[in-house]
Amino acid sequence: MTIKETTNLIINEFNQFDDWMDKYNYLIEMGRSVPLIDDTQKTDANLITGCQSRVWLSSEYKDGLIYFTADSDAVITKGIAYLLIRVFSGHTPVEIVEAETTFLDLIGLKEHLSPTRSNGLLSMVKQIKLYAFAYQVKEKNS
Amino acid sequence: MSEISEEKIQSVRNDFPILSRTIYGKPLVYFDNAATTQKPNIVIDAISNYYRNDNANVHRGVHYLSQQATGAFEDVRKKVATFVNACNPNEIIFTRGATEAINLVACSYCEPFLNAGDEIIISVLEHHSNIVPWQVACERKGAFLKVIPITPEGDLDIIVFEELLNDRTKMVAVSHISNTLGTINPVAEIVEMAHKKGVPVFVDGAQGLSHGPVDVQELDCDFYAFSAHKMYGPMGIGGLYGKTSWLEKMQPYQLGGEMIDRVTFEKTTYNEIPYKFEAGTPNVADVMGFGAAIDYLNELGWDFIMAQENDLLSYATAQLQAVEGVKIIGTAQNKAAIISFLIEGIHFFDAGTIMDHLGIAVRTGSHCTQPLMDILGINGTLRASMAFYNTRQEVDKLVEAIHRVKTLFA
Repeated sequence: MTIKETTNLIINEFNQFDDWMDKYNYLIEMGRSVPLIDDTQKTDANLITGCQSRVWLSSEYKDGLIYFTADSDAVITKGIAYLLIRVFSGHTPVEIVEAETTFLDLIGLKEHLSPTRSNGLLSMVKQIKLYAFAYQVKEKNS
Repeated sequence: MSEISEEKIQSVRNDFPILSRTIYGKPLVYFDNAATTQKPNIVIDAISNYYRNDNANVHRGVHYLSQQATGAFEDVRKKVATFVNACNPNEIIFTRGATEAINLVACSYCEPFLNAGDEIIISVLEHHSNIVPWQVACERKGAFLKVIPITPEGDLDIIVFEELLNDRTKMVAVSHISNTLGTINPVAEIVEMAHKKGVPVFVDGAQGLSHGPVDVQELDCDFYAFSAHKMYGPMGIGGLYGKTSWLEKMQPYQLGGEMIDRVTFEKTTYNEIPYKFEAGTPNVADVMGFGAAIDYLNELGWDFIMAQENDLLSYATAQLQAVEGVKIIGTAQNKAAIISFLIEGIHFFDAGTIMDHLGIAVRTGSHCTQPLMDILGINGTLRASMAFYNTRQEVDKLVEAIHRVKTLFA
């Protein structure tokens, strides 16, 4: 599935909910199913600090594709981290670098990406892009 | 039941237009007053009226409007001086807020009076803005920062404070009220102890001036900093009270127009206090708003404000304590209406996010007191900070929201 296809799927999933509480319930459920980062990877180097919640993000580059795992101390943050991983994990560096992240706006979670919300998610998106960019450069040079 | 009638509270609430708005379709419950208080109509009108009718730059203007603005501006200085019972209006310096007042003293006092090997005492309870300016001053001068610890309840450990005081101590800088735990610090006692050693005391009154009367002469503190926006006034204005004897010995903090006496290319001499510390065009409109806020508080009276806030504090404390899994962080005997708490097993960010959707504005996180969080061994708290316009019914809504959060994250 392409990044675009996954984001459309997520938008459809969220469009089922009229009530914000159902939306958060779904997010909390997803928070509990995030592909958790290996405890050995829960290092300071992989820690993205926000002053609200903390996010750990790890990446692995295999056969031209990047795979992400993550964790957070807050469940809602973890749920959104899971959405980001569903969208970006298993894609090529180029696909990730060029992808748009506007889908969070479309599912009514935009506030979680605002720079002042400081829950680490905006930094997580930046970090995902940064990993992709780094692998892209590495690939070009190899 | 509270001794204050619901009609009285409702009439006070009507003074604050924002309190009748809804958030996500639900009535706003505003419990973030320690971050900023809401503004009554009288304050909003004062600012708008100033720009509509009275706007002119203050001081040295020969024309009518300028003189009128100058008069009104200086009247507010007098009003602030009376409000905190300063000896003299010249002891009131307008700043952008408490943070700028702290920076002013940390620069202007430390430059001439702090030397290598000296010490500045702060406390564990301090907001970052009453830590960083002193820390940087110490780094610049090769001085040391000493920290008063707290008891498990959240009171300052005065015995340790006494031990920390010595002849190398050049300043004691403490908050009047902790923005995170609500502890009201024994400032008068701290001042007395410090003065015995000849050490001046700076009080960060950002939270202090909105919950009860402050008499700087009675406290005998050397400096007292405040922010208008935490006392129902506008953002971007506040001030510093400083004893004349210190202010006259201190160097200007910022340089420019207004603060000078005579300028030549060879040498500049400075204006007298308070103008020496007020470089540039001041924030006149917000000073007008600040004046209106003080009028409003005077009109309302501390008796009402304190009775209502004490009622809310004891009611909310009892209600929160009754919820299984809720732990109040900071249980000092002498507390303002600021309650930090945690819900067992639930991250404060998760809880705060859900509460937001229920129309309840609480603050979550470290509340700009990261060192305090480190000592408490937590990453943050939920904080409900109340004001006299809050009600017991709103506290009930908070408790209801906690139950919903518990169900959701169970």
